[in-house]
Amino acid sequence: MADLETFRAETRAWLEANCPPEMREPIRDDDDVCWGGRNVKFKNDAQRVWLERMGAKGWTVPEWPAEYGGGGLSRAEAKVLAEEMRRIKARSPLSSFGIWMLGPALLKYGNEAQKKEHLPKIARGEIRWCQGYSEPGAGSDLASLRTSAEDKGDHYLVNGSKVWTSYADKADWIFCLVRTDPAAPKHLGISFLLFDMASPGVSTSPIKLISGSSPFCQTFFDNVQVPKENLMGTAGKGWEIAKYLLTHERDMIGGSDSTGGGQRDSVSNIAKRQIGLDAAILADTALRTDIARHEIDAMAFGLTMERVLAETKSGQGTGALSSMLKYYGTELNKQRMELLMSIRGSDGLTWEGPEPRDGDLARSWLRSRANSIEGGTSEVQLNIIAKRVLDLPGA
Amino acid sequence: MPLILTDDQLMIRDSAEGFFKDEAPVAQHRSLRDTANPDGFSRDVWAKMAEMGFAGVLVPESHGGADMGHVAAGIIMEAMGKNLSAAPMLSTAVLGATAIKHGTPEQQAKYLPLIAQGAHLLALAADEAARHKPNHVATTATPSGNGFRLNGVKGFVVDGGVADTLIVAARTSGEVGDTAGITLFLVDPNAEGVTREARAMVDSRGAARVTLNDVQVDGADVLGEVGGGHAILEKVLDAGRACLAAEMLGVSGTSFAMTVDYLKQREQFGQKIGSFQALQHRAAHLFCEIELARSATLKALQALDEGSDRAPMYVSLAKAKAGDVAILASNEGVQMHGGIGMTDEYDIGFFMKRARAAQETFGDSAFHSDRIARTFGY
Ligand SMILES: Cc1cc2nc3c(=O)[nH]c(=O)nc-3n(C[C@H](O)[C@H](O)[C@H](O)COP(=O)(O)OP(=O)(O)OC[C@H]3O[C@@H](n4cnc5c(N)ncnc54)[C@H](O)[C@@H]3O)c2cc1C
Ligand SMILES: Cc1cc2nc3c(=O)[nH]c(=O)nc-3n(C[C@H](O)[C@H](O)[C@H](O)COP(=O)(O)OP(=O)(O)OC[C@H]3O[C@@H](n4cnc5c(N)ncnc54)[C@H](O)[C@@H]3O)c2cc1C
Repeated sequence: MADLETFRAETRAWLEANCPPEMREPIRDDDDVCWGGRNVKFKNDAQRVWLERMGAKGWTVPEWPAEYGGGGLSRAEAKVLAEEMRRIKARSPLSSFGIWMLGPALLKYGNEAQKKEHLPKIARGEIRWCQGYSEPGAGSDLASLRTSAEDKGDHYLVNGSKVWTSYADKADWIFCLVRTDPAAPKHLGISFLLFDMASPGVSTSPIKLISGSSPFCQTFFDNVQVPKENLMGTAGKGWEIAKYLLTHERDMIGGSDSTGGGQRDSVSNIAKRQIGLDAAILADTALRTDIARHEIDAMAFGLTMERVLAETKSGQGTGALSSMLKYYGTELNKQRMELLMSIRGSDGLTWEGPEPRDGDLARSWLRSRANSIEGGTSEVQLNIIAKRVLDLPGA
Repeated sequence: MPLILTDDQLMIRDSAEGFFKDEAPVAQHRSLRDTANPDGFSRDVWAKMAEMGFAGVLVPESHGGADMGHVAAGIIMEAMGKNLSAAPMLSTAVLGATAIKHGTPEQQAKYLPLIAQGAHLLALAADEAARHKPNHVATTATPSGNGFRLNGVKGFVVDGGVADTLIVAARTSGEVGDTAGITLFLVDPNAEGVTREARAMVDSRGAARVTLNDVQVDGADVLGEVGGGHAILEKVLDAGRACLAAEMLGVSGTSFAMTVDYLKQREQFGQKIGSFQALQHRAAHLFCEIELARSATLKALQALDEGSDRAPMYVSLAKAKAGDVAILASNEGVQMHGGIGMTDEYDIGFFMKRARAAQETFGDSAFHSDRIARTFGY
């Protein structure tokens, strides 16, 4: 405990000295979020300095081993770091699929050379990754994917296409599910490949979302040569890795700032400011009831995340909970956005307007619809709970 | 405090679950009802609960109790909910003990050891409106002799028929609806002017309508300060609400377990009905809802043990969430059982009845949503 308090004091002093003031301001625009990568365009010097300093300490990935570019912190120390960052409202220095998804899988399934090559670059934000899972014919039924990787001795020859690949046009590398054995049963012919998006034969075509932006793409592979050493794990055993990575993705979507948890202002605080009070209660009583019900569920959900963590730590775990958190967290966030749209009324409908933040709410509301689709739909999560937790027949 | 049970609490859970499954299973609830048992519970089981330390779960050791705290009380209530075990646990061990702990040293010395021994039953006679409203007290207490004279009607007193002492909320000043001016009294139900009419409830538990007609009480039987009863009442109610949430969690748990079992057994259209996705998704959703109710309930019980300022908010969160979930779980249970779920012979209906009664007791989810909104200033 004493050690932890020393660590806290040192961390506080370091953050005080190293976190630029601009990086303690709330995030306002998309370009306030730093994704790193070869072609990174920093919005300002503060953003660059913050990433470099945190990356050098390994504090972009506090719990990864130091030998792979991580901070080597214990769970308790990482918690202290997070608390201290929250205390000064420090922004996260780096957003990254490498951190949230690939890293944990690499640590578990990667060989030593792969870990040494990729993890430090993820930690320092030098390489930006994208996720090549979904295909036009393989969404919820991911294991029916058809992108092929033919064994050519020293390399695989990859052909096919992926879809909904977030930020494929901005990413440097892709982690990609491919079929190496077309004759095997569908779950057994899949392999997990890592390759450079600059390889000859890779092309991307952006797709516009209902929120107006184009963060995802269709991605095409035309005779792409991928060196054999870029196979992660064993050929034909990629499905296991794919599922492991998905649990991390689900925890991230279900429990992150963008959905369930985080430091966001509560719906009721926003409602109070927008609608006002009448005799100490919200001036719109029917909406007040909806808001209170939502906040009850949101608090109970937050407590559930807390309990699940505590149970996992003490070995009392209940299992298959990442599906529960993904399902409930994303549905709650969608409900939150509906309520915010109701609270704002006609003002929330603005798409373009004179104020710089006009249209933000409508866009976030639309973007949030994807929460219950990406990373496995709500229906798929319910299927998983029915099968793995409830052990229902034929599920 | 991490949001999990400690090793001690896990042991209490194991022993409580074993105890109620053996000593007070659903079959006993059924036989109490079928024999129209006048008490509504088994005195024999209550005596054993006292031996187990359950009756004294909130009584300090100095008064012969087990002093295990609210989390433990909730664990016991959850096990009772799972088995629909009827006993004056809520009225005496939770509400009664919490109230008496606000009394004078003499009152505590007199009642607390008896509570722990299972030798004295209490009941809270607070509510007057059919919909819970703790400050709606029209019963009057006017100075008389060395004490007060009570007049009024308490329509719904849980375990009121069996109680050896009634804890009565009456108004010594102010208007109906004021929080100030409410005073709590310890009233002997056999005193002159007290009438008790038994009300059999939908869940086969006992309640009574208590009428107070010029009932003379001594000054020594005032519990807490004259006019300051509301603050005590809120603490008593919160302990009760959190324990009801725990009981409803147990009700949800068994409803859900029975239903999932049934889905795995019943065949229609040549297959187990549990293979139909329409039912699978509802069951999976219910699983999530029960997990949320569990987290909220544990948090409320812990907050009470810590004496946290936020305990009332967490209690309302737990009561609202566990209440809605118990209604959902028991209704889905009946629905997914089809015709057999509607029969008296099958147990699932008992759980729906108990869920409804517990939801209505001391504020339903609408009441507690409103209380939460007020706590957050909207
Ligand atoms: C914003 C966004 C970003 C994304 N980013 C990426 C990315 O970076 N990389 C990547 O690989 N993918 C990405 N995806 C793709 C995402 O993983 C898929 O959209 C998702 O898995 C669903 O697949 P689908 O779109 O083909 O829908 P489908 O699988 O065709 O589903 C259509 C509907 O049918 C339902 N359904 C399907 N099967 C069942 C079943 N068995 N039981 C009940 N209902 C069922 C679904 O729930 C859904 O409601 C992204 C998606 C979005 C929206
Ligand atoms: C009060 C009452 C009066 C009645 N009176 C009469 C009467 O006078 N005459 C008469 O003949 N019958 C009568 N019935 C019977 C009634 O029609 C049946 O109970 C009803 O058809 C359901 O059948 P079941 O009870 O066998 O349930 P099951 O068919 O076993 O259903 C159990 C559960 O599984 C669900 N389920 C079943 N199949 C599917 C599926 N393919 N997809 C999704 N879910 C499914 C059901 O919706 C239900 O939730 C009465 C029932 C009641 C409760």
